[in-house]
Amino acid sequence: MSLKRTPLFETHQRLGARLVEFGGWEMPVQYTSIVDEHLAVRQSAGLFDISHMGEVIVHGPGAAGFLNETLTNDVRKLAPGAGQYTLMCNERGGVIDDLYIYCVGSGHYLLIVNASRIEADYAWLRARFDAVPRPDTRLQNASESFGAVAVQGPQVARFMDACVSGGASEGTKVGRPTDLVKNQMGVFRLAGGSAVVTVARTGYTGEDGFEVVAPSGDIVWVWDRIMAAGAEFGLKPAGLGARDTLRTEMGYPLYGHELDEETTPIEAGLGFFVALDKGDFNGRSVLAAQKASGVARKCVAFKMTERSAPPRPQYPIWSSGPSGTRVGSVASGTQSPSLGVGIGMGYVPPGLALAGTTLEVEIRGRRSAAVVVPKPIFRRTSAKP
Amino acid sequence: MSKVPENIKYAKSHEWVKVDGDIATVGITDHAQHELTDVVFVELPAVGRSLKAGEACAVVESVKTASDIYAPVSGDVTAVNTALNDNPGLVNQDPYGAGWFYKAKISNLGEVNELLGAVAYSALIGGS
Repeated sequence: MSLKRTPLFETHQRLGARLVEFGGWEMPVQYTSIVDEHLAVRQSAGLFDISHMGEVIVHGPGAAGFLNETLTNDVRKLAPGAGQYTLMCNERGGVIDDLYIYCVGSGHYLLIVNASRIEADYAWLRARFDAVPRPDTRLQNASESFGAVAVQGPQVARFMDACVSGGASEGTKVGRPTDLVKNQMGVFRLAGGSAVVTVARTGYTGEDGFEVVAPSGDIVWVWDRIMAAGAEFGLKPAGLGARDTLRTEMGYPLYGHELDEETTPIEAGLGFFVALDKGDFNGRSVLAAQKASGVARKCVAFKMTERSAPPRPQYPIWSSGPSGTRVGSVASGTQSPSLGVGIGMGYVPPGLALAGTTLEVEIRGRRSAAVVVPKPIFRRTSAKP
Repeated sequence: MSKVPENIKYAKSHEWVKVDGDIATVGITDHAQHELTDVVFVELPAVGRSLKAGEACAVVESVKTASDIYAPVSGDVTAVNTALNDNPGLVNQDPYGAGWFYKAKISNLGEVNELLGAVAYSALIGGS
């Protein structure tokens, strides 16, 4: 089966991107180098193609109720134009996906889901939606109709407004994108044309930034417009390699690494996004029990404390000392471009999860020292000189 | 276009060897560093270790992958490039110079003749 391509595929080729397979898609892992692109996002700005991600729309009077029974966070908190990070769990409390949900208007919700989980998410939602009559309410997998890009970095606020013309017509009705606060979205007209774009002040890098969703046929215009506006501020194209190192520095989970169908949000350290008091939802009883009695494993962020090769997913984690034993595994790991040391996240017993706990990561048969750190692993005051 | 200097020999696994009397200096080629990009860590053999041609003797890690480096010729390791500990990026910046990996005393000079010359190596990498 051949790989899927986003509408920006030719753009990536023209830019000389190195293309790799990701979740069934042929995507740019890097254009120049992962480290350069990562540092560009931290220092100025980077532009990512995230068109492979999925969009699901729920619209109607039954939308909020359906979503609140299916997702862990409380959609009642969302006024029109507001978004939130949330998770979708199975009956065992295991994560089917982590995602963002936006309230576009009353009864109108947009879900942005992981590319590798579009089919699984939609099948789950569809089965639950169809199980009960929901008059005048629709569930739609709109993933094929939309593309998206993410523009991230400290300079983004200096050029984002030039990418649209006029104020937001839907969502948070601000005069310009930079008036959106974090997690707010608005619908704008792309500058220089008629394309309608959904702009959300959110991202996966820890920097200020926006994610822009547009009809597939318009996404190349969106990329070109943002590139043109951002060039003088140092905007560079950035690939999935940098996207991964950036989110790892933040301690953000990636589905398939920190999250899977056998892992709960409580084990993953995401209890903040589980609203037990909103009423019943898929997986609630398991998550409530875990919040009350604890879990057998916890996700921690760690930093290598001695010179070593980078930690990588599935490498064993050991407790430290002469009587050390194998206690868990690395879920995500890399050399941090901002810090110059190995960093990662992994699962360990709760007794070893406190920040400051020393651990060892087994890298190609040799155990090297590491320490549990709070998230985010990178913050501005901790950069190497 | 990858750089392929004339005066050195090449292994099919993309290591280069510069021969000076009976001392071999070994590194990875411009083509190899370009494929890896961003070298973040190099694990070098211990000084004194006895290597056989074709044996995995070092590891070079980029952000995304770890790659084994194979000894192009047999011999005992006499020196390693400790500059790579603090500055692994030298492998990308100057693969034939400051980015060298190790030196070894060649035990069988005949093995050098079995390596590829610049023209043959260029053909191998397809002039890319």
